[in-house]
Amino acid sequence: MGVEVAVRGLTKSFNGQPVWSDVSLTLPAGEISVLLGPSGTGKSVFLKTLVGLLRPDRGSILIEGLDLPRLSERALYEVRKLFGVLFQDGALFGSMTIYDNVAFPLREHTRKTEAEIRAVVTEKLDMVGLIGAERKLPGEISGGMRKRAGLARALVLDPQIILFDEPDSGLDPVRTAYLNQLIIDLNQRTEATFLIVTHDINTARTVPDNIGLIYHGHLAMFGPREMLLSSTEPVVRQFLNAQRIGPIGMAEEKDAEELAAEAQSGAELPPLPPIPLQLPPSDGRPRRAERPPGQWCREHGVTPPPGSFADGAGASPRAREPEPAGGPAGTGGGAR
Amino acid sequence: MSTAVDVVRRSGEFFAFCLDTLRGLGRRPVQVREFVQQAWFISSVSILPAALVSIPFGAVIALQLGSLVRQLGAQSFTGAASVLAVVREAGPIVTALVIAGAGGSAICADLGARKIREELDAMQVLGIDPIHRLVVPRVLASMLVAVLLNGLVSVVGVSGGYAFNVLLQGGTPGAYLASFQALGQLPDLVVGEVKALLFGAAAALVASYKGMTAKGGPKGVGDAVNQSVVITFMLLFALNFLVTAVYFQVVPQKGS
Repeated sequence: MGVEVAVRGLTKSFNGQPVWSDVSLTLPAGEISVLLGPSGTGKSVFLKTLVGLLRPDRGSILIEGLDLPRLSERALYEVRKLFGVLFQDGALFGSMTIYDNVAFPLREHTRKTEAEIRAVVTEKLDMVGLIGAERKLPGEISGGMRKRAGLARALVLDPQIILFDEPDSGLDPVRTAYLNQLIIDLNQRTEATFLIVTHDINTARTVPDNIGLIYHGHLAMFGPREMLLSSTEPVVRQFLNAQRIGPIGMAEEKDAEELAAEAQSGAELPPLPPIPLQLPPSDGRPRRAERPPGQWCREHGVTPPPGSFADGAGASPRAREPEPAGGPAGTGGGAR
Repeated sequence: MSTAVDVVRRSGEFFAFCLDTLRGLGRRPVQVREFVQQAWFISSVSILPAALVSIPFGAVIALQLGSLVRQLGAQSFTGAASVLAVVREAGPIVTALVIAGAGGSAICADLGARKIREELDAMQVLGIDPIHRLVVPRVLASMLVAVLLNGLVSVVGVSGGYAFNVLLQGGTPGAYLASFQALGQLPDLVVGEVKALLFGAAAALVASYKGMTAKGGPKGVGDAVNQSVVITFMLLFALNFLVTAVYFQVVPQKGS
């Protein structure tokens, strides 16, 4: 079972330049959360702060009653064993083969025999579909394979919290769909707490249970997927629907003049697109953290945009024919 | 002003890094495998350059002294001068140059590349301290290799001087060997090795620090290597001067 991560009033700056300030959110145990934001808003910095690679200026990160920023270096190394992190390019050790990379945490931290290590490594490599590439060096395989190998290494110590730094950057749509399906299946199997940092809205719309949006140095909104997808808050709406009209400009945020001009020109926001169904696990059994589609909207009296949760009109997503593994990332309601 | 503050801050960080490494020395488990690999690697890149640099070094000393001592009629002391120059000064300096230039740059480039590929971050997240796992074995390996290299440079340098003196300048082999003890003494060799030990540690520490704080992509690694070599050179020559000055105060010299 996953672990809850509670972030309170977190603030970080580099050389006096604030990256983001006063970020408070709770990653619910066992759920998948996505952190979105325009490029350069410090999403990766947030992730690195969360594992204690960077120290925040203020605020706390509470995990199992421990406040990460106030731990000693040695205690921090202990807490980090709870984490598995997938870095952007996999961050594999270039001098070791894929097999040795995945075996590395086991060899350093456990007293397992080589035979036991082989069993665990083979299982994880099978999970990410890398059987047959064990003897290759990271330089000899493609970016997508490096990412999956990095994921296998992150999973090898059975972490309670798994962080993904842009798992979909630089991958083609098909590989992204496979990876998203893998994330869902992993969450079903391990029930760990997931945080995915990305700016791919398709991933953000279909994969997570919760969405957060960092914008202009603060957390604009964090909450259940349906809450953000049905939100009319300008920033959230603009970002989640990839529109040009709204407060986010090409460089950073638009200034007041531009916004006024935009309002004058009578540019109207297109209607909210339908909320797609959440990606189901490939074996059809529900995840523990999963909620029925439309539940949040019903409970909070929000009318979802017309056509939401389509794909079987009101029927449970389980009623659909079983998808081939990794297929359905782009399906379910037509995101854009 | 801000650059001055920057220099002070960097130095402070470097000393903190050295203390962390020192603390890492006592931590278990000792990374024997990494140590052996690194010692092998550093010796493989430094033995040949060290030997090739020290042969002309010995020869140059013989050349410089040759005509002078002949005019003074002190040919039998060429060996003494050669031992003094090579063992006391040339040995540690050549060791310093090679360790910083060949070993240090390789360490810095290796760690720098790991840093920008986020390998070091990944290692920390996996609960492994890169200082304990990577830096400590490199510092120890560099110290060991420097000590051995200093021995090699002394032997090759004196042999080079001997060959040059005997074969080309017509010196007497017996006189060259017999005068070894005239000016030099055993503590000279000891202090040479102590210097080499310090140089090895300093070069590896600077290279590791620079590598692990590299930033800004591949160009950042290039800059880090460049800075590491320059800083190490300056540091090693300063260190050499200090140790020599202390040595002359502490150990009585022959003929004084």
